[in-house]
Amino acid sequence: MGDPTPSSKTTGKTGKSPEWADGLRQLYDSVVDEPLPDSFKDLLSKLDDSDGPSPE
Amino acid sequence: MSESKRTAAEKADFKRELTEVVPHLRAFARGLCGRPDMADDLVQETMLKAWTARERFQLGTSMRAWTFVILRNAYLTDMRRNRFRGDYDEGVAERILTAPAGQEEPLHLSDMHRALLTLPPERREALLLVGAGGFSYEEAASICDCAVGTIKSRVGRARAALNSMLADGDIPKRSIKDAAAHRAILEELDEVAAGNGVAN
Repeated sequence: MGDPTPSSKTTGKTGKSPEWADGLRQLYDSVVDEPLPDSFKDLLSKLDDSDGPSPE
Repeated sequence: MSESKRTAAEKADFKRELTEVVPHLRAFARGLCGRPDMADDLVQETMLKAWTARERFQLGTSMRAWTFVILRNAYLTDMRRNRFRGDYDEGVAERILTAPAGQEEPLHLSDMHRALLTLPPERREALLLVGAGGFSYEEAASICDCAVGTIKSRVGRARAALNSMLADGDIPKRSIKDAAAHRAILEELDEVAAGNGVAN
């Protein structure tokens, strides 16, 4: 990704992260890793064609 | 809006970056609103808004942060317009909120998700941004248009709440079915939304 890498201070100043902290990230990552539904691909391809689906 | 002083390559970059960030938008949206179908609607709305506003995106800055702001504002607007209230699907809510602990999920992700959904929205989003999205406090504060100290405090409270819920295995079924609790959530949301300018 073109992002400046976000810093990984997930534990804050508590030092030790609770057991569930990994779960939170897994929850997020599990969605990130899902294959993209076709509706999104369709939308992205529409954005290609014109200046956008809605008139400005 | 002056049409495109941007080069074709810059336009292509925008499109590519927007494409790359979509999975993250889906993850953030799902964490925020809990329902996959609504979350995806929200993401598509966000993509359209981002596309419309694309000339305002500063090349070289974080596409993820920029689009998260748009998504967040769309979410708050929808919440205030009752979209997530009126057609809330009781059946789905029931299933999400009372689902048994995860089948093969090592860390009981369904518990995790349920616990997350009981948090007030402003704390939930702060925790999502910092604890799941990997944003720094400063970046999260910028996305939420609030002070860094406010984000730290929200994350701290969210963590404390999750600690007690998950450590005790005691996840309250507070939420949409509980009218009073839900109203409290929405009032809190209004406060959050009131102070915030929209991303444009």
